[in-house]
Amino acid sequence: MSEFEPKIIAFMCNWCSYAGGDLAGTSRLQYPPNARIIRLMCTARLDPAFVLKAFAEGADGVLVAGCHIGDCHYVSGNLKAEKRVQMLKKLLPELGIEPERLMLRWISAAEGERFASTMKEFVAEIKKLGPSPLRGAR
Amino acid sequence: MGDEQGKSRQGDEEEPRIGVYVCHCGVNIAGVVDVEEVAKYASKLGNVVVAKDYKYMCSDPGQKLIQEDIKENRLNRIVVAACSPRMHEHTFRKALEEAGLNAFLVEMANIREHDSWVHMNQPKEATEKAKDLVRMAVARARRLEPQHKPRVKVKKAALVVGGGVAGIQSALDLADMGFKVYLVEKTPSLGGKMAQLDKTFPTMDCSACILTPKMVDAARHENIEILTHAEVEEVEGYIGNFRVKVRKKARQVLEDKCTGCGLCADACPVEVPNEFDHGLGVRKAIYVPFPQAVPLVYTIDDEACLGCGMCEAVCGPEAIDYEQKDEVVELEVGTIIIATGFDLFDAKRKPEYGYGRYENVITGIEFERLVNASGPTGGKLLRPSDGKEPHRIGFVLCVGSRDEKAGNPYCSRVCCMYSIKNARLYKEKHPEAEVFIFYMDIRAYGKGYEEFYRQAQEEYGIRFIRGRPGEIVEDPETKNLLVRVEDTLLGMPLEVELDLVVLATAIEPATDSEKVQRLFRLSRSADRFFAEAHPKLKPVDTLNDGIYLAGTCQGPKDIPDTVAQASAAAARAAIPMAKGEVETEPIVAFVRRELCIGCRICERACDFGVITMVERKAQVNEAICRGCGACAAACPTGAMQIRHFTDEQIYAMIEAAMRDEPEVAVKEVEG
Repeated sequence: MSEFEPKIIAFMCNWCSYAGGDLAGTSRLQYPPNARIIRLMCTARLDPAFVLKAFAEGADGVLVAGCHIGDCHYVSGNLKAEKRVQMLKKLLPELGIEPERLMLRWISAAEGERFASTMKEFVAEIKKLGPSPLRGAR
Repeated sequence: MGDEQGKSRQGDEEEPRIGVYVCHCGVNIAGVVDVEEVAKYASKLGNVVVAKDYKYMCSDPGQKLIQEDIKENRLNRIVVAACSPRMHEHTFRKALEEAGLNAFLVEMANIREHDSWVHMNQPKEATEKAKDLVRMAVARARRLEPQHKPRVKVKKAALVVGGGVAGIQSALDLADMGFKVYLVEKTPSLGGKMAQLDKTFPTMDCSACILTPKMVDAARHENIEILTHAEVEEVEGYIGNFRVKVRKKARQVLEDKCTGCGLCADACPVEVPNEFDHGLGVRKAIYVPFPQAVPLVYTIDDEACLGCGMCEAVCGPEAIDYEQKDEVVELEVGTIIIATGFDLFDAKRKPEYGYGRYENVITGIEFERLVNASGPTGGKLLRPSDGKEPHRIGFVLCVGSRDEKAGNPYCSRVCCMYSIKNARLYKEKHPEAEVFIFYMDIRAYGKGYEEFYRQAQEEYGIRFIRGRPGEIVEDPETKNLLVRVEDTLLGMPLEVELDLVVLATAIEPATDSEKVQRLFRLSRSADRFFAEAHPKLKPVDTLNDGIYLAGTCQGPKDIPDTVAQASAAAARAAIPMAKGEVETEPIVAFVRRELCIGCRICERACDFGVITMVERKAQVNEAICRGCGACAAACPTGAMQIRHFTDEQIYAMIEAAMRDEPEVAVKEVEG
């Protein structure tokens, strides 16, 4: 049997992290192909329900990435995302999902390497955890 | 859907008819991703009428292909699987508009930056990922709605932050075009770092002689209002309509009364180190930074002043006002140019060179002040330890530049040339002197620079030693310096005894650049300088519309490049002001009134005061909404939405990312 390949949904802000992903691309930094990125203008747009929906659909991990604190294009959108992720991390175990399956990272537009290493790290982490308990439940 | 934008607009009336276009990008995508397979896969997705792959979708024929299909196949939604939307979304939006379709009915799947370039050795996985990304884009495209860009008026006034040569040039250009300019400078005078320099390479014209006339021009210009000893405190608004608060720090001298006669400074009994001369000379507690200061208005240094009243006693025009308070000025401008300059690397961070410990180790800028006729020594370069003229001088390049350990891998771009210039200056006055330059590589890239360097070698007899000195040690008796260096051309270690060593310290981002970054919501590149919107095609724009960059705040550069960039920034800033209005992003919040329960959670979630309650329902002021989505994420009923990023569009992408679609029907596929 082939190795477990996690499916990851990533919510990323347009200004920093998505652009950091573009830079990883132009710099030809290689990382595992497990994530599917959904671009938001700002992580402030991250409705906690989006994360729950991703898990309900069977995602093995959800990555939220935005600008570093203080760098947000909308001043404090990332602080709001941080609070929501903290709240979700408390909620997820109640749904039988390990909180480690949700990751929040600040990645700037200049941090192509951080983007690639985050992908590597998160995929490795999810591989360790194994498939989501909700996989195939839908 | 309750979107209050009319149903009559294009793309809104009928079933989605989607065209999918998979770009090869030469071999950039097609070399990894099986683009034909992706196109074939796309053709089987619901609502997809046509799916094609093509060598370069962004090319003219590529765009024509889409435009013809829009007409022939009555397409009303387009998916382009190609590069990042940050790269070419604009291109395809324009193409749609030309074909009569609303610009916002195109969705891009990023199969280059986020796929083929980062999974180069995994063609199978990359192809599967491309299919997923296309499926997600199609799912979102089905739910895209036409959007209309609101137009806003642009105030015909600009703010220029920083009064160095970059800021002065930008201000003069804009003012000459007829726009009102507010030029804000933190220190008491315009001039910036260029005012401190002696001669400039490679023409050897005196820095002050070419700069001060520009300073005076700026001061005299009817369209320029100069605010010195002033700092920007608050910035609100957006392109066309920025509201800026500037704090004019109290000088305790009335600008409109001071004649700049200087009697006050003569009378002042307090002497403190002069920052303009890098502490090598002294100034009084009431001072102008340098004689040609603009405006020529004295300033009392609050910390040094004893309050003895001597200045007040001698001031004829009664310009001294100890009670003067800071003043906050509110400005309304359409565009902003950031020209906040640089600071120099602190040579003490390279302890092996002994700066701060050895008296005869100085920096390049100190050399400039010491050889300058208006400097602390009247232009005579003397050894700090014994006041004697040095005979053997060494210039050490790349002090804090091209230096990973110092945290600055970049080249400062000016040190080779100004060190050669300084070496030549000294040789001109002291032909018998022995002058050494310790370098890694000489970067003489500008017009006339290489020739200037060759002359230094061939005609001036300056000795170039290729090697970065490992350490400098001082002879405690003579205070002479021993430079230990490996000559990498000869491949042998050398010890060179010198009377004076001059360190070419790196250009670093200004110490308050973090504050400036936050105020203006700029981003910074890896070198910590402010980032331009595109390194090649938008070199003076920022990601914040209406804000532009000039000079060394964007990265190290010499005077000609700084001035050129400053003019470029002025030209860019003039565009929206000349047009008088700009289109802004329609990505703002809107309310589905039937779902709003008047709970006011959105109102609290908004940091910009965009939401008010009208008849117990939320209402959005679209003109000031920035579209971050905090309100929509907080709304418990789904009433609050963001245009172009609605809940349905995002949920559709989540579902599409996780689920394959059942095949619909086999349709046309073309290569």
